[in-house]
Amino acid sequence: MSESNAPAAVDARSTVSKSAAAIERARAAGRKALIGYLPAGYPDKQTSIDAAIAVARNGADIIEIGIPYSDPVMDGAVIQAATTQALANGFRVADVFDVVAAVTAETDAAVLVMTYWNPVLRMGVDEFSRRLAEAGGAGLITPDLIPDEAAEWFAASDKYGLDRVFLVAPSSSPERVAMTVEATRGFVYAVSIMGVTGARASVSSSAQAVVAAAHAAGAERACVGLGVSRPEHVREIASYADGVIVGTALVAALRDGGVPAVGALARELSSGFGTDAATPSSTGA
Amino acid sequence: MEDPATAFLAGGHGPDAGAPAHSLRHAPGPYFGSYGGRWMPESLIAALDELEDTFEKAKADPEFLAEVAELNKNYSGRPSLLTEAKRFSEHAGGARIFLKREDLNHTGSHKINNVLGQALLAKRMGKTRIIAETGAGQHGVASATAAALLGLECVVYMGAEDCRRQALNVARMQLLGATVVPVTNGSQTLKDAINDALRDWVANVDTTHYVLGTVSGAHPFPAMVRFFHEVIGAEAREQILEQLGRLPDALCACIGGGSNAIGLFHSFLDDASVKIYGFEAGGDGVDTGRHAATITLGRPGVLHGARSYLMQDEDGQTIESHSISAGLDYPGVGPEHAYLHDVGRVTYEPITDVEAMDAFRLLSQTEGIIPAIESSHALAGAIKVGKRLTEGVATPSDIVIIVNLSGRGDKDVETAAEWFGLLDENGHVKGTTLSTRRAKGAAPAAGADENAEDATHE
Repeated sequence: MSESNAPAAVDARSTVSKSAAAIERARAAGRKALIGYLPAGYPDKQTSIDAAIAVARNGADIIEIGIPYSDPVMDGAVIQAATTQALANGFRVADVFDVVAAVTAETDAAVLVMTYWNPVLRMGVDEFSRRLAEAGGAGLITPDLIPDEAAEWFAASDKYGLDRVFLVAPSSSPERVAMTVEATRGFVYAVSIMGVTGARASVSSSAQAVVAAAHAAGAERACVGLGVSRPEHVREIASYADGVIVGTALVAALRDGGVPAVGALARELSSGFGTDAATPSSTGA
Repeated sequence: MEDPATAFLAGGHGPDAGAPAHSLRHAPGPYFGSYGGRWMPESLIAALDELEDTFEKAKADPEFLAEVAELNKNYSGRPSLLTEAKRFSEHAGGARIFLKREDLNHTGSHKINNVLGQALLAKRMGKTRIIAETGAGQHGVASATAAALLGLECVVYMGAEDCRRQALNVARMQLLGATVVPVTNGSQTLKDAINDALRDWVANVDTTHYVLGTVSGAHPFPAMVRFFHEVIGAEAREQILEQLGRLPDALCACIGGGSNAIGLFHSFLDDASVKIYGFEAGGDGVDTGRHAATITLGRPGVLHGARSYLMQDEDGQTIESHSISAGLDYPGVGPEHAYLHDVGRVTYEPITDVEAMDAFRLLSQTEGIIPAIESSHALAGAIKVGKRLTEGVATPSDIVIIVNLSGRGDKDVETAAEWFGLLDENGHVKGTTLSTRRAKGAAPAAGADENAEDATHE
């Protein structure tokens, strides 16, 4: 299945990657990258833009904008509730390009879109990619698209210079880790635990093994997500990974305290790096 | 006659037995044309690989096949009968209609075929727990049954709305020792139950096998679930040859995800003279937007692990389906059906709630068989096909149709009673008298007088 993907994979590291550049900027500043997730359109389009900007201005190097989807099988209760509400409030998939454009214009963060695959398929992979690139987006994180099925996405991401962030899991075989690392551009998303999104008291010890496997397979950048919610998690993960991904905790903060709370949490989380990362690298336009 | 279930599993009608590569019966997955595949989170790929490996080895292992055959015969009661429906046939243009009696299987539907096979595979993989999704409750009951039989823990995810609609099946599952988890996400129906089952599977995959109930999902599910149901068609083919000495002119089956249909169809796919029809749930009508006619009106997309036809809006969001039949109330369809539609081998048509319920009553009153509402869609389709095929034919009884009677209607009695106006406004069956209720020990309720009044109006 992956044979047809091989030519595209060869190109993977030759294209300039916005998310890789963001991670390397953090590294140059003596810390690791902070990556924050928020869904587009939650609780409404403008607030989702304001919240993402607040996260970027309070220490996040990369912003993930999620596309609300009717069947989010990889998401836990908090993100499900948020995206369900966004859909009920009238979110349309094309709104994501406005959110990406606004956040890109207002911050220095690389902006990735995280999406289940069917909304992309429905719009057309090429069309979606073209519009994402036009909006200034860095690329896509694809939780239910594995490289084995991604031939169309390889072609479109190469054509428009977009990052393709695939996931590796604690259950991934060495062969699959190697194949996924080869297919990835930007960074490898290391799933910390066998489960869905959601804040957890501690970060699974399997995360370190997943990152080690990705690095051993040649990944220059591997970032850890799922279950990360506290500065001590950030500190722990920063000791072995290239970046830390926070989602549910930010969504809960937005739910409970609005934009100021999201910004405050981002600042608190970035303090976990133990440097002055909380001093925003992106001070706005 | 020779036991066709055993013959099938011995390789006589096996899926790959002698089927050349160009045959439609050679369909091992992961792809059926451009459909199927694995549109799944990476976290689950290892489990799918393990399942595929276990299944492929089991399929070639005489011991496993003997185990399945033994359970099919002595537990489920296979082979199921092939019954000619002579009085019903008069309403189908005079074509001879034969019913493949999956309703007679233990637990009352075809679902048990797949569940026993997968539960055996779960044990082979060393898993101690199975999970399942269910809509009407038939697959959940079958899963709970297999779990009880084989000593596995069982958790069934069921939409909260479906739990309310099918409370008796919830109780059945609990009596069998299963835990039923009401799903309150999304539309609270089958697709959301699948979502929650997948979330459970990701978190517990070391100990847990997900017994998917239909021929959808990621590879190897479509090919594997079909394998365990192919016995339906293998038996039917042998039975009709024995009873009539010829193949049928047409096959009819209902399609939700499509497991009973593909089970019947597969043995006949290479028989060019046999026309094959799949009947989707047309709900209130395909022009109303309230239906589950996925192939008729859907577009290709990915959902729950497979690329197939899908009811979706312009944004790729899944559209909620509607059908009087909870078992067909699913916005997707198995990928092999999508392929068989595209290549023109199978004709897919919608049947409305009204047409299905008319057929439900007709079979009940002409044959003394109360069908599942799901299967009633196939019966309604058979009436149409029978009339079509006998048009201008000198001897209509030369036309032979096999209908997959995939399940029995016991679970649907309340829905049907309501549909046909057999209930009063309190949900009680009209004509039951006050004294009868009291004799049963029911507390004389505040509404007792009203009931008495109703009774006098009868």
